[in-house]
Amino acid sequence: MAYLEVCGLRKSYRARGGVTPVLGGVDLSLDAGEFVAVVGYSGSGKTTLVSLIAGLLTPDGGEIRLDGAPVTGPGPERGIVFQQYSLLPWLSVRGNVALAVDAVNPTLPAAARRRLTDELIALVNLTPAAWKRPRELSGGMRQRVAVARGLAMQPKLLLMDEPFSALDALTRATLQDELVRIWSERRTTVMLITNDVDEAILLADRIYPMTPGPDAVLGPPIEVGLPRPRQRRHLSLEPAYQKARQALVEFLRAGRSRVAPTAGHPRESRPQAPIQ
Amino acid sequence: MRIETYQKVILPLAGAAAVLIMWAIVSATLAPDLPSPFRTWQESRRYILDPFFKDGEMNQGIGRLAFYSLVRVAKGFALALAIGTPIGFLLGLSRRFHQSFDPIVQFMRPISPLAWLPLGLVIFQKSEPAAVFTIALCAMWPTVINTAVGVRSISQDYLNVGRVLKLSRTTTLRRIVIPATLPYVFTGYRLSLGLAWLVIVAAEMLTGTPGVGGFLWQEYNSLVYSHIILSVLTIGAIGFVLDRLMGLVEARVRIN
Repeated sequence: MAYLEVCGLRKSYRARGGVTPVLGGVDLSLDAGEFVAVVGYSGSGKTTLVSLIAGLLTPDGGEIRLDGAPVTGPGPERGIVFQQYSLLPWLSVRGNVALAVDAVNPTLPAAARRRLTDELIALVNLTPAAWKRPRELSGGMRQRVAVARGLAMQPKLLLMDEPFSALDALTRATLQDELVRIWSERRTTVMLITNDVDEAILLADRIYPMTPGPDAVLGPPIEVGLPRPRQRRHLSLEPAYQKARQALVEFLRAGRSRVAPTAGHPRESRPQAPIQ
Repeated sequence: MRIETYQKVILPLAGAAAVLIMWAIVSATLAPDLPSPFRTWQESRRYILDPFFKDGEMNQGIGRLAFYSLVRVAKGFALALAIGTPIGFLLGLSRRFHQSFDPIVQFMRPISPLAWLPLGLVIFQKSEPAAVFTIALCAMWPTVINTAVGVRSISQDYLNVGRVLKLSRTTTLRRIVIPATLPYVFTGYRLSLGLAWLVIVAAEMLTGTPGVGGFLWQEYNSLVYSHIILSVLTIGAIGFVLDRLMGLVEARVRIN
């Protein structure tokens, strides 16, 4: 049995107009230490999938098991990096990370918790900004704090919901590289949600394409047969890259012409990003 | 810089001068009993220039009178916050509490201080606690309502952080709910302070306690009309300063 096992996951939203079926039976499995991406159009239900695995939403049907135990509610063993950062604006960088460190390690002595917090802040290269408030930080720095907080939960599984979508291209590239570095140091199991095919291929071991909603499902996973460390610059010349990309784009395009994507999750109401 | 002085100093002074001229015209023509600005100054100068003199219980410098009023307002305001803040949090946090008590809040909110004061006198039998009671009861509603609205408008994103971290109820309250609500709470405090100062005059007039409002009523009864104007201007000036001070506190909280 896989480390994370998602079977036949269904979720609908009830609104005034009626019922919108967002997820129509999602199957997914992750092995421990694996880096898996889920790629799909905006509004197809990716955030819903993350919220369900995080336990912030209750599924209408189906099952989620992590390390053998069924998921019934939220918990820090499924750490999450929210799409909109969700940093607490009244706490400093340190305060935001420490809140998670303190919550997860209540029995640890204060000095050890402080050290853990410092390590995490150093890991995301924010030591000089440790006492700044989120509003004083750039988007990229905020995202780093969110990653540090996610790791502070010492999660069995780190869920990342379009973590880089709000960043400019240069910052995004830097943070992608940092994420790879952190992941190879820590070997946390990561599930990354993205609408960027190239990002998925650069970062993930395996990629699940998601059909556009309503009733979204995941297609068969595509193995990214690229060795690590991967070089961003030469990536597009690798045959394995081109193969993975072609398979993904074909699946997504086919899904799109089948059903026009509609706004699924109310939070995913950003404009449609084209998938190149 | 020049335009700044023009907008921030010259224009407000011109506005004040216009009002003074209107006042002078009205007192010279329509209302002969209304003291002119000059007469008001002449009869009030001692109260302003020597603001802390005390000839008797009811004849004191305006600074001393204002101090009495401010102490009374501080007591009433403190009581309003002490009662209003927890009620606001309960209204925002508990649906059941909201359903039980929101109608009563809405019912009591529009009741005038003039209506509460006699009731306060009946309950406390003394004018000082009755005045404080009235101020508190009238001033607490903005705090109650703003706090409740603040709690209810906390972003679900912040609450989700607490849920993922499995924070206890008290930790969630202390680390997330209260800090997220604070800007709303302080807006409520500023409005409450304005109301408390508004109520002081009525409370002192009816109870005859020494203070700016009590002085105003006494001088009306003694036909020293210029001192009514002195009191009115003092009340306005202090109210303005209090609002600005609370505004500074509010801005500090809002920055976070």
